Amino acid sequence: MIAASKSSHRDSSAKALRNTSFWFAAVALLCLSMADLDISTPNPWGELGLMAAGALSPTVWSWPTLLTSLANTFSFALQGIALASTVGFLLALGYKFTLVRAFCAFIRSIHELFWALLFIQIAGLSSLTGLLAIAIPYAGTLAKIYGELFEEVDPSPINNLPSQSLNLSRSLSHFCYTVLPLAWRSMATYTSYRFECAIRSSAILGFVGLPTIGFHLETTLSEGNYSEAAAFFYALLLLIATLRFWLQKRLLPLYLIGAFYYLPPQAQTSWQLVKRFISEDIVPTPLRGQANLNAESLGAFGQWCNQLWQHQIWPGLVNTMLLGQIVLVFTGLLALLLFPLNSPLFFRGWRGFGDAILILLRTLPEYLLAFLGLLIFGPSMVPAILALGIHNGAIIGHLVGRHTDELTLRADVGTGLNLYFYEVLPRIYRQFLAFLFYRWEVILRETAILGILGITTLGFYIDSAFEEFRFDRALLLILASAMLNIGVDHFARWLRQRLHLKSIPESL
Amino acid sequence: MNLPLFEFTNQRLTYEGRLVLDNLCLRIQPGERVALIGGSGSGKSTLLKALREQCPDQIAWCPQQPGLVPMLSTFHNIYMGALQRHSVFYNLANLIKPLPAAKRAVSEIAQAIELQHQLFSPVDRLSGGQQQRTSIGRALIQERSVFLGDEPVSGIDEYQSEVLLNLIFQRHNTVVLALHDVAQALRVCTRVIGLKDGAIILDAPSAELEASDLADIYGISDSSLNPPRQ
Repeated sequence: MIAASKSSHRDSSAKALRNTSFWFAAVALLCLSMADLDISTPNPWGELGLMAAGALSPTVWSWPTLLTSLANTFSFALQGIALASTVGFLLALGYKFTLVRAFCAFIRSIHELFWALLFIQIAGLSSLTGLLAIAIPYAGTLAKIYGELFEEVDPSPINNLPSQSLNLSRSLSHFCYTVLPLAWRSMATYTSYRFECAIRSSAILGFVGLPTIGFHLETTLSEGNYSEAAAFFYALLLLIATLRFWLQKRLLPLYLIGAFYYLPPQAQTSWQLVKRFISEDIVPTPLRGQANLNAESLGAFGQWCNQLWQHQIWPGLVNTMLLGQIVLVFTGLLALLLFPLNSPLFFRGWRGFGDAILILLRTLPEYLLAFLGLLIFGPSMVPAILALGIHNGAIIGHLVGRHTDELTLRADVGTGLNLYFYEVLPRIYRQFLAFLFYRWEVILRETAILGILGITTLGFYIDSAFEEFRFDRALLLILASAMLNIGVDHFARWLRQRLHLKSIPESL
Repeated sequence: MNLPLFEFTNQRLTYEGRLVLDNLCLRIQPGERVALIGGSGSGKSTLLKALREQCPDQIAWCPQQPGLVPMLSTFHNIYMGALQRHSVFYNLANLIKPLPAAKRAVSEIAQAIELQHQLFSPVDRLSGGQQQRTSIGRALIQERSVFLGDEPVSGIDEYQSEVLLNLIFQRHNTVVLALHDVAQALRVCTRVIGLKDGAIILDAPSAELEASDLADIYGISDSSLNPPRQ
């Protein structure tokens, strides 16, 4: 009786996984039919050929430029992650408070490029802008991960200590002797993975004008100067690939001091400028300069909101969700296709090589990939789908592949497709969905940001608002994208709980 | 008559929502050495937990599962019991580099529980018995008047465990221990409480008891009362 009810429970849970997958795919197909998939460039293959030729003949136009932009990219990333992990740690200490959680969710729901666009208005294209643009959203992410790690550690050591009264300094001592050492290793691993992400973010900040490697990538690529672009691109890959050899734990303080010495965070700004930005520029136009709110100004404000909603927020939201849904399912398909590259069950001897491919694909910044796609295919959703799918598919494929290490299969198991579909896929599917839904929030955030490249997601309207110096609009649009991300994050968490998906926060 | 240290009148004790002990009436006076005996699931741990909650500020607690922090040294795991006596800055400094005064205090205890040679090795390199000693050390350093232990010496051989129990008696006024070794319970404690099926079925001074009186509690024959130990 018990066995029967158990197996029927398992059946229904497997069915729930199947149904969920079906509906996600069906909605994505529907979205695909509504998406703008035009290829508007006359000769995409020709452009691709030129890029390939450039990739094969990298040319360094100026070594000092290359090295400075590399050093800037590295410095922003290291400073950003140092500040983010400190602030994130402090926030994580209070992670059990809903208010702290909500604050963290809010600051990480705004992409680093949007933060950069905001700070540029106040602090210009300065080193302070670069540092804050990385540190703020990363602090939110790290706080979440640290907070979850603290909750997951073995509770018995702290429970065995003598009674804990509500004395802050006493509970801090207890925390540092029990929870912190237990979580330390996972925190360090995750932070170092996030540092790699921060280098990508730092590189991308160049696309909005900061002096990192993205600045030169954007210039050279836009000019069709693919050989020079290739040199910058390889330099970035080399920087990330060799990190583990020269960025050692013991040398970290040295590098950090070096980074702050080389690129001290400063900005030419004044309080007047900041005050004006906050008290005037970002205040909705109809309310600006009004000491008292009256019916007339409120009416105008309502109209302003309505206009903005109809012409920008709603279309932006729809396109972001449409594209996000397609990308999510495409990412999933690619991950399922790619994970055997990092699995001992499929590529025994070649696994190191296979995983190197996945890590390489993961290392490519999605924004850069989308930019390349745009040059090849012209402005449509195609470059965005490919770029986000490849980047995120490689990340999830890498993790799912590593998860297959833990499978123990019988000795006479099949090979090839039989092995894949009968033995491995059913066993990893639950974990795969967990990873995918965990990644959903990130995918949506990236989908919004690709609007800056001309795809009509929220980022498109935000970027236009900044270009027209309509900061009130920009802020409202950014808040709309933040709300969308927070909403999706909640939905994904609800879905993970409903489907009983466990997800460890490692490397996502 | 002294005021009792612990007192229960018609108390219901539950574990994870399940009723474990019903209509519990029990008094324990300061200065007593009480052994709790009973089969697994008879409610020893639940009773200890309830005792612990009655006067948390006087109690040094030694659980069955040591619950140590594996990546920290024996020194730090023992020192943990004394955290609340020092400021957070002192504790943090001591976490990074052991401070002389803390070293003296912990060494004295490590000597007594024979862990002086393992003091600075990570506690996950220690054997099960040594980890159990560390857990006792963490309770001793608290310098409380009451010691509560849930099988504190279960992984340690008979001779050594008696040495450790005597150490515990020396340093605490009142001691309540869950013990599975009935003969040992009779030897070292002044009072034995037997638990079975959610009730106290035996409560007497150990001087008035023999091992055979306790057979009933386990529901097994006399001969298997003291199972051979490794």
